[in-house]
Amino acid sequence: MAEWICRTLRDGGLEGEHAPALTINDTISCPLGSFVFDHILSQLSSFIFCQKSQSNGIVLVALSRSPLYYEQLLKSKGFDVVTSSTWFKILDCYTDPLGWRSKLLESGSIRNLSSGSSLTVNICKNVKDLDELFSSILELGKVSFSWQNCLEMERAVYGCHRLDQVSSLFWLLHLDMHETRATAALEYMSSMKATIDPIIQSVDGPRGNSENLSLMEQNLRRGKFCVRVKRRNGRVRMMFEELFVEKSGIKFTPLSSEDETTAQSLVPKVQFNLQLSEKEKNDRAKVVLPFEHQGNGKTIQIYDGRKSLNDDKAETQNTSVQKVDSNRGEIIYFRDSDDEMPDSDEDPDDDLDI
Amino acid sequence: MANAPPSTLLDEALDGKGAAVLSSSPAAGGRMILVEDCVETSGAFVVHHLLKRCLSPHSSDVVVFLSFAHPFSHYDRILRKMGCNLSVQRDNKRLMFLDMLMLERRGRDRGKTSEDVFIALFGEIQKAVELSLSHAGRQHITVVIDDVSLMEVDANGSSNLVLDFLHYCYSLTAQFGCSLITLNHDDVYSNEDRPGLLLKLEYLADVVIKVEPLSTGLASDVHGQLTVSNKGIHEGSGKSRNKVHNFHFRIKDSSVECFYPGSKT
Repeated sequence: MAEWICRTLRDGGLEGEHAPALTINDTISCPLGSFVFDHILSQLSSFIFCQKSQSNGIVLVALSRSPLYYEQLLKSKGFDVVTSSTWFKILDCYTDPLGWRSKLLESGSIRNLSSGSSLTVNICKNVKDLDELFSSILELGKVSFSWQNCLEMERAVYGCHRLDQVSSLFWLLHLDMHETRATAALEYMSSMKATIDPIIQSVDGPRGNSENLSLMEQNLRRGKFCVRVKRRNGRVRMMFEELFVEKSGIKFTPLSSEDETTAQSLVPKVQFNLQLSEKEKNDRAKVVLPFEHQGNGKTIQIYDGRKSLNDDKAETQNTSVQKVDSNRGEIIYFRDSDDEMPDSDEDPDDDLDI
Repeated sequence: MANAPPSTLLDEALDGKGAAVLSSSPAAGGRMILVEDCVETSGAFVVHHLLKRCLSPHSSDVVVFLSFAHPFSHYDRILRKMGCNLSVQRDNKRLMFLDMLMLERRGRDRGKTSEDVFIALFGEIQKAVELSLSHAGRQHITVVIDDVSLMEVDANGSSNLVLDFLHYCYSLTAQFGCSLITLNHDDVYSNEDRPGLLLKLEYLADVVIKVEPLSTGLASDVHGQLTVSNKGIHEGSGKSRNKVHNFHFRIKDSSVECFYPGSKT
């Protein structure tokens, strides 16, 4: 699913349509958004480097991590920093976002202003001037955009989204740090929303509780990755995966049922039994459902709406034999045929006219 | 050569077993450690412990200490009992103490705005960092801020100015491999409706140390509990990455004793 997102961003938008836009949301309870951001950035970089992408390069607006960090990230993925500078450009809003360092440099108080990175870096000295920020972005060319930690930049994001030279854009947002209005506005602009939630919410209780500590630690390493995609026809598709943070990066897997087991084990202890024992589970599996053929030696007959004479006679004989054998009534039930399963690439609701 | 000081559970939670000094790799950058305390349990002892570690005779590291809470004599008295002479360290240029309580330093009498004062303060810090790194053998600088809520008072209540200043200090961790240690009070911001300073600092910090009272109430031999959340964004030793540690503590005259719940005899 994460790979599907990367491919969608790689392929860009169709003629006459806005570029695909992804918002990555996380919260302090499961702060793994930056890992997902790095993963998507690395994948896109790989596509662009191999010339498999609609876009020619990446412009990264770095607000909460330094250009040096991204240089290290590219190196760790095997990219040569010198050659990457031609297609990977950074608008550095981290080193001197308010112009403090420039003022101190002018007065001679400090000696060093550079970000220290070998990548192509333009330093932004006033993030509050959104017009200047937007112009700086435009200078850097026809690219995909990645934006870490939008603050009050809805206007700038809105502007980027409508540009022809932008083939896709994505940004990271910490949901609990911004007002609902701001996050909702960015969500409206995005065609895909990826949210990282804790696998299991920690229960209210004393901090020293070992269960709570274990959950806190788990939430630093794994989370639930929920993606909401707005399709062209207006439908919304939801997808879920689990993500793990490893030393080498991040890994995505289908959601496991272990989490359901773990969630079940967190059921509060009450006086009555809410769980099934093994014997009870086995007995439930053996229950014969009423009006169903359960392999009693006869072939399972599926009612097709057209009973033949032979079938009638067979039924009558069976019925009559049974009537001779016992004085009890009997219900003979023929199970309907199974529903047709749609093809994998078909959307069963396509014919709906909403 | 003196033996390395014994590491406590707090040291192990920060840097892995056997660590007695703050570790950082110039390639990976420094770290930000956020200490959160409350009225019931003061986290000042954590700052004193980390300060002593930074000025350990086993390293040549330098500390830039911004004090909004107490004068130099206060820390000197406490650290002397812990076996660390701050006056000597200051004379040896291993400690740069910026006493923000002094009116002249604030520049208010010169008609400067709060922003100008903080810009100048940051300039002093970066200058001290550049100067220290230019000396041979000095590789690691730690900036300590005590404390953030009083800094906000100094900024006339502007949490945005405080955040801007902390962002610039944090950028020193990437640019020069410095470490940043800040103390903040949880209960000062606990009733805020909007996402506050505390939450923003928690996002920024690589390690969050929460100092809290025991859930069971007061005790004579256990003074509270520490919860160390090590996000481990930077590589570090790798052993303490993405881990949460919880243990109890007891503050003594010259040190702090950390132990797991139930192990105190």
